[in-house]
Amino acid sequence: MTDMTKPAMIEMKSVHKAFGANQVLRGVDLSIARGSSMVIIGGSGTGKSVMLKSVLGLITQDSGQILVDGKDAGKGHSSRDRDAFLARFGMLFQGAALFDSLPVWQNVAFRLLRGSLKRPKEEAREIAIEKLRRVGLKADVADRLPAELSGGMQKRVGLARAIAAEPEIIFFDEPTTGLDPIMSGVINDLIREIVVEMGATAMTITHDMSSVRAIADNVAMLHGGKIRWTGPVGDMDASGDPYVEQFISGSAEGPIEAVR
Amino acid sequence: MTPLALLGRLGAATLGLLAALGRLSTFVVSTFSHMLRPPFYGREVLNALLQVGWLSLPVVGLTAIFTGGALALQIYAGGARFNAEAVVPQIVAIGMVRELGPVLVGLMIAARVTSSIAAEIATMKVTEQIDALVTLSTHPMKYLVAPRVLAGLLTVPALVGIGDIIGIMGGYTVATQNLGFNPATYLVNTVNFLEIHDVISSLVKGAVFGVIATTLGCYYGMNSGRGAQGVGRATKSSVETAAVLILAANFVLTGVFFSL
Repeated sequence: MTDMTKPAMIEMKSVHKAFGANQVLRGVDLSIARGSSMVIIGGSGTGKSVMLKSVLGLITQDSGQILVDGKDAGKGHSSRDRDAFLARFGMLFQGAALFDSLPVWQNVAFRLLRGSLKRPKEEAREIAIEKLRRVGLKADVADRLPAELSGGMQKRVGLARAIAAEPEIIFFDEPTTGLDPIMSGVINDLIREIVVEMGATAMTITHDMSSVRAIADNVAMLHGGKIRWTGPVGDMDASGDPYVEQFISGSAEGPIEAVR
Repeated sequence: MTPLALLGRLGAATLGLLAALGRLSTFVVSTFSHMLRPPFYGREVLNALLQVGWLSLPVVGLTAIFTGGALALQIYAGGARFNAEAVVPQIVAIGMVRELGPVLVGLMIAARVTSSIAAEIATMKVTEQIDALVTLSTHPMKYLVAPRVLAGLLTVPALVGIGDIIGIMGGYTVATQNLGFNPATYLVNTVNFLEIHDVISSLVKGAVFGVIATTLGCYYGMNSGRGAQGVGRATKSSVETAAVLILAANFVLTGVFFSL
């Protein structure tokens, strides 16, 4: 399992979630150590996104428990507690999910322009430009609208927004989907560097094996609504699990049905 | 179909309708509660006032002026059948202020504002921008919904008042230019005939229609299904429902104001 010497930052215990008759999560148990990078792999539609969104409380699980830093993530939140809870997270969405009515810098500094972390506009803009620089974008994109940027640049802006308020936990939802292999490599390296230099706990969901190898400390495979295998990334190739082996090799033959 | 099955279907339809009414009522209560509790997003409110109110002025003015003109022609022609051509100023005034002003402005707002709100929020939902708002500690009800509904509540009565005046002006122009009315007499007749009660009913209707139009746009947007089809369906349903509810509310309000 994960490194037992460090306390768990995120812990999921027997989490179940169904949408109507469709039972997506059937008892997920997973522990992510503080400061480690966990990558969840699994086919499309296996519930990886549901897992991630249930930790954030965007989706409420039917049963089971989710602990963040030892505290129950879903329960008894006043709006101020919820605000403080969410302030610990940053998230990069699959399609970047930038607000298209706002210029790039206001997207990056969104959290710094309103709410409990609000600060003067000039300062927020400076931080935004610094974060844009950190993800490899020049200051001149700051005043452009998201729709004017390429997919790769939008992903970078999304990444800058996710790290703008220096979160302790960062989620990456399919960070390389829709990018060419070179851009995928760049984004993967950026994610790895940023997670390491911030000391953040990271949870990534992907089906891109190059991301897994670049980003992960630990890997977990979700299949059939449960964690099928989990372990350090170095052990992945010798897992001995036919499901994991098939997923890594990308073969149509094996225990995972090709038609889903 | 057996009588029992018929009864079952009737029951299911009734329950469905009640459930929808319940969800909509909860949405309305939540909207107003967010409107009253901080934090307040001033920029969003200003932007909504501009979009809902100011930018609707041209379409409201054009609708009103043509309607007032046509009304004058009809009343003159109809009145001529029993030698009552002279009532044009009075009937135009009462027709515009009590009924046509609020109803037509309400319907134009449903066409212009409800549709654009529904499409915008639905697209934000589909592209995960709503989820992104939540992860950035910003409540979508407070940031997206409350400002728009507040703008509907404040600006639509003003638009109705302006529509009433422009409609009367349309009638005045046609009556004095084409039908041989004396301008001064026309105005005196209009002003003397209208009661403050008529004007208040007009503005109250405007406020109610404004809330209906903006709330339904937000409601259908926030509950949009997936993909382009989901956005299309949300937009269509929002305008349909808003238009029907505006007409129904108009009937109820007319009953309350003028038959009690």
